[in-house]
Amino acid sequence: MARARDPVASDLVSFAGSEPLIRGTNVSKRFGSFVAVDGIDFRVEPGEAFGFLGPNGAGKTSTMRMIGCVSQPTGGELRILGMDPAVDGSRIRARLGVVPQEDSLDSELTVLDNLVIYGRYFDLPHQEIRRRSEELLEFMQLGDRRNDLVDPLSGGMKRRLTIGRALINQPDLLLLDEPTTGLDPQARHLLWDRFYRLKRDGVTMVLTTHYMEEAEQLCDRLVIMDGGTIVAEGSPRELVARHATREVVELRFTTPEARDAALPRLADFGERIEALTDRVLVYTHDAGKVVGLVGDGELHPESVYERRGTLEDVFLILTGRTLEE
Amino acid sequence: MATPTALRVVEKEWVAWRRLWKASVFQATISPLLFLAAMGLGLGDLVNKGSGGVNGVDYLVFVTPGLMAASAMMQAAGESLWPVLGGVKWMRTYHAAVATPIGAGALFAGHVLWICLRVLLSASVFLLVGAILGGVPSWWGVLAIPAAVLGASVFAAALNAYSVTQESDLPFAVILRMGLFPLFLFSGTFFPTSRLPDWLEPVSWFSPLWHAVELCRAATTGASPSAGSVAGHVAFLVTALSIGCWWGVRRFRRALTA
Repeated sequence: MARARDPVASDLVSFAGSEPLIRGTNVSKRFGSFVAVDGIDFRVEPGEAFGFLGPNGAGKTSTMRMIGCVSQPTGGELRILGMDPAVDGSRIRARLGVVPQEDSLDSELTVLDNLVIYGRYFDLPHQEIRRRSEELLEFMQLGDRRNDLVDPLSGGMKRRLTIGRALINQPDLLLLDEPTTGLDPQARHLLWDRFYRLKRDGVTMVLTTHYMEEAEQLCDRLVIMDGGTIVAEGSPRELVARHATREVVELRFTTPEARDAALPRLADFGERIEALTDRVLVYTHDAGKVVGLVGDGELHPESVYERRGTLEDVFLILTGRTLEE
Repeated sequence: MATPTALRVVEKEWVAWRRLWKASVFQATISPLLFLAAMGLGLGDLVNKGSGGVNGVDYLVFVTPGLMAASAMMQAAGESLWPVLGGVKWMRTYHAAVATPIGAGALFAGHVLWICLRVLLSASVFLLVGAILGGVPSWWGVLAIPAAVLGASVFAAALNAYSVTQESDLPFAVILRMGLFPLFLFSGTFFPTSRLPDWLEPVSWFSPLWHAVELCRAATTGASPSAGSVAGHVAFLVTALSIGCWWGVRRFRRALTA
């Protein structure tokens, strides 16, 4: 696909130097007395895939709306593409592609017309929109549905159309708010594949997610948000190395009493222990050794499962809660 | 209000409407036929026999401009309630639009402008049907078209502003029954407001529809109204439209870009 590359390349030149694509300094968003975003600092460099990972209500969508220039920060400073959203909102939006969390396709229009009309909102000429639409329909595997109305499409197809629509203006910055929430694994993997290709083409992406797997797969760098603040920042690998351990052993117990009885003995087995309602997580550098110790003792867990440390663990260790809560 | 970006919103509505234009034109033709046949010819026959028309004109001639302005109002209302809530809540297309260079203000302006175009078409058809049936004796009647559009635009602006922040469509039925139908009935549409009880007549002066009906009636009957009364009606409607637009831009911004 010959898309998005050129404008991004030209931006790389114009932003060469220290200016990132997005720079947030102590950014806050209040709604009355409710603080949705509480003084966050972050920067997104050209060409990277940057993530906001956190549970529902962490302030991710509020942050995305501010970056998308449809909501003004109530405190701090935000610069996007070198401009101030309060002054140049419309000029910034002209260079963004936005995939909102909830579908916002026009069900009165066909698949193709959804792309055409959106292109017109960016003041693109008809001929250019036609050309790009054909490319995008192909890229999103929707070519044979171009003249169908939107309603009968599956959830995955609607998402793909929404993403295609967001690419119609060849954006310098693609904002993806929970792009695969509610989709089945197959539809999710198809989207991830498309995101990889866009990334390879040099499109800068900012995404929010509460799926740690999505964050690990797609993000070069991410911040973990909780309660409107950023609690950690780094690449997925760095974050796991810094806050969790490489390996984790999960022990499941039949009753909470059995679990509680096991806790004192488990304390010596790993670097760190997290007790959840139905299981105990043992963070260790040597899962095999822990499994061996558990097998030798009198703990009798219902099941033992060893796995690598993930962002889910990082979140749990930093906040004491799981992402899905 | 009509900036280039607002015109893009009009273009979007046009593309959606193109699919359904036949049904729309059919409805625009049938509804004046039914109204004028029932009220103008059926009821009119009785009125003419009983009292020799209204204010010296045949009842069909009296009621045609009234129904024309009132239909324009009802059409504008219909396009400003459910479709607006659909754009914000159900389809969320308004949220998609404000994520582009189109701002909330242009989105509002574009939607109101589109409704005015729809009313322009329907009012023209209404006038034509009315003329064919004999309800429009004067060529000045052409001026009833802009008068009906101006009247309808007041309702379009105010109801767009109202609808955009609603959580559900439950209040819409109340708006129709308690707001629009009384206006429909008591704004000089079917009988002169001078027939209202003395205390009620001044109330009708606050009805935008009454001003639109008076303008339409002056045009279609070819009565020579005083310049002052025409200016007064137009001034009232333009003022109401301006307030509606100011309110609408505020409410659209609040609903979509908070």
